Amino acid sequence: MNDRLNPLAPDYSHYQLVSLSLLRVLVGWHLLYEGMAKLSNSNWTSAAYLLDSKWIFSGIAKWIVTNPGLLSFVDTLNMWGLTLIGLSLMFGLMSRWASIAGACLLVVYYLFHPPLVGLEYSKPPEGSYLLVDKNLVEACALFVLAMFPTSHITGLDRFVSKD
Amino acid sequence: MSDTKTNKAEEQQSNQSPGLQFERRDIIKGLAAVPAMLLFLWNYFKKQALDKMRSGEIMEELSLKKKAPAVLKTKKPGDLIRLGVIGYGWRGAQDLKAAGFGNPEWAAKAKDAANKNKLDKRFETYLQQEDLNLALTGVCDVFDTRREQGIASSTASIRPNGVAQQTAPAKGYLDYQDLLASEDIDAVIITTPDHWHSKIAIDAERAGKHVYVEKCMTRTMEEAHDMYAAFKGSKMKLQLGHHSRAVASHEKAREIIENDILGPITLVEVTTNRNSPGGAWVYPIQWNSIEDVYRKYESKDRYATPKTLDWDRWQGPAPNKVPFNLERYFRWRCWYDYGTGLSGDLLSHDFDAVNQIMDLGIPKTASSSGGIYRYTKANFPDMIEHERDVPDNFQTVFEYPERNLTVMYSATLTNSNHRGKVFMGHDATMKVGSGLTVTPDNSSTRYKQKIADGIINTSLPMFSYSPGSKDIDGVTSATAKYFAQKGLMYTYKEGKRADPTHLHVADWLDCIRNGGEPRCNIEEGFEEAVACHMATQSYLEGRRVEWDPVKRKIV
Repeated sequence: MNDRLNPLAPDYSHYQLVSLSLLRVLVGWHLLYEGMAKLSNSNWTSAAYLLDSKWIFSGIAKWIVTNPGLLSFVDTLNMWGLTLIGLSLMFGLMSRWASIAGACLLVVYYLFHPPLVGLEYSKPPEGSYLLVDKNLVEACALFVLAMFPTSHITGLDRFVSKD
Repeated sequence: MSDTKTNKAEEQQSNQSPGLQFERRDIIKGLAAVPAMLLFLWNYFKKQALDKMRSGEIMEELSLKKKAPAVLKTKKPGDLIRLGVIGYGWRGAQDLKAAGFGNPEWAAKAKDAANKNKLDKRFETYLQQEDLNLALTGVCDVFDTRREQGIASSTASIRPNGVAQQTAPAKGYLDYQDLLASEDIDAVIITTPDHWHSKIAIDAERAGKHVYVEKCMTRTMEEAHDMYAAFKGSKMKLQLGHHSRAVASHEKAREIIENDILGPITLVEVTTNRNSPGGAWVYPIQWNSIEDVYRKYESKDRYATPKTLDWDRWQGPAPNKVPFNLERYFRWRCWYDYGTGLSGDLLSHDFDAVNQIMDLGIPKTASSSGGIYRYTKANFPDMIEHERDVPDNFQTVFEYPERNLTVMYSATLTNSNHRGKVFMGHDATMKVGSGLTVTPDNSSTRYKQKIADGIINTSLPMFSYSPGSKDIDGVTSATAKYFAQKGLMYTYKEGKRADPTHLHVADWLDCIRNGGEPRCNIEEGFEEAVACHMATQSYLEGRRVEWDPVKRKIV
């Protein structure tokens, strides 16, 4: 098999490997803390974020908020999802799957609150955005990490993938 | 570049090593991120410890550390109490709903609205109300349609908390004296316009009925004295309908002030902001006040006419009698002949809240100003035929020199920018609504060291109280939002959403059954009435007025 077609056997330079591994750890750090901060706050809920949703997902957001059981499930999924994805990226364990899951999660966040022209949100964003926001950039970073994995070299996957 | 590149060769090399599953290189590379994880955990626990220390120090400073949260107590209902209602308009329907007799028309529409929008919790909140063990046996109203609507609520099939439907309908009365003479009524809710409050309440006391009367307690100062004379020392329990007494955040605000967390308070600012014809009491003529929206009766058969509305009886003790006038009937709050204006109607809510939180009592002086700036015939020729005399912009300053305190009320019915209730102390500012926040002052003496040490951040609240913060509600109408922001629409009891009017009615019934004084009895009611009448008198006479505590009169 041609190794260039196998993403698990990329021909990284030293600097490429360090850069990609650092990106993986930093994104992992961020998501892990986002998850743990929510887990340690008993009053946290995604309801306010969902209620402020605009564009094509606003109907789904409202449906989630109006179903307490579903909202609770979504909250749990968010808190533990972020925590586990963060842990996975940091330790380099099953990081490709975590990258894909994290990218999907962040794209969903983006779609619930897209910074499109003409859409106003009650809670002001922490930056200035035009179509592209930090969720989208971080989702893209995770997609890059899924395409250029490093955990089998600089992570626990190295031990798992080894025969 | 080949010496800096390709880990593939290393991988292949390590895979070729016989006997050893992992080499040193594997261990180092495989665990490359572990130091980052250790750094994360070290910082995470450091931040947790710092936050906990800050929070602990702030709470210790605030003396709130081991205090139980404010909880509104409930007691089980005792014997059946037979209830009569006098005046079944907008507020009468709301008070009866709070007592467990939601009007069937309202219930059907609220149920439908809840089905369409699950964020609309009005119907759910009603269904969760506790059973107060009441029978609705009498309904008095001078308008046939409203009397019939009141009677219909007595046998409503949708009752809260699984309470059985009342089989016998309430008896209808045109004359309240006949209702008071009835032996099958123990207590009355008086929800007439203000000009009838004192007369009916005093007659009810004489007839041996307990009284729940809406604010403003009286229309005039003389009536306030008459009420005081009638109810002071009476066995009949009087509750003035300031349901915000049951709002959980007010209990917490009182605790915060008792703990001197704000330091010396010299200014309290309370406000009203509404910006719609309904908010300015310019209701539609022939308004079906049972509904939550300003809509006319669907059938003209239900309209108020000289035949269906006993106009002379409705005017009763009003100082100026006029011929049959639908505008005055449906929009009575716009005239001092029947109401008490922004002072008795809305300032009274805020005055009573501050009185509850700070034990203010009657102010030494009151200065008011204002005017009718928007809701005039010239501005609304299609809507307004007769000019109002109640202002739509109204400001009052109360002085309490013995407390070194000013209470300032600022109201507009022409702008909806929410301003809330703000208690300003030397050390901190407290904002109170359905929840509350306490934000330290940059120049605080008490918190100076903690601010300098970085433990207290003056740009953020150091304490916030938001009961039911996980609860979501879809409050949509402007007036509903106004009431919700002020905590008048719902509060939280033991984590559950509750209508404060329901809790306020329950408190009154509890005192009837088990003794004790209702939360807003004749003492608080008298203070409220005097403060409101001082504010109105100052506006009408264009001068500062004073309260003479010896002669107990406004001078």
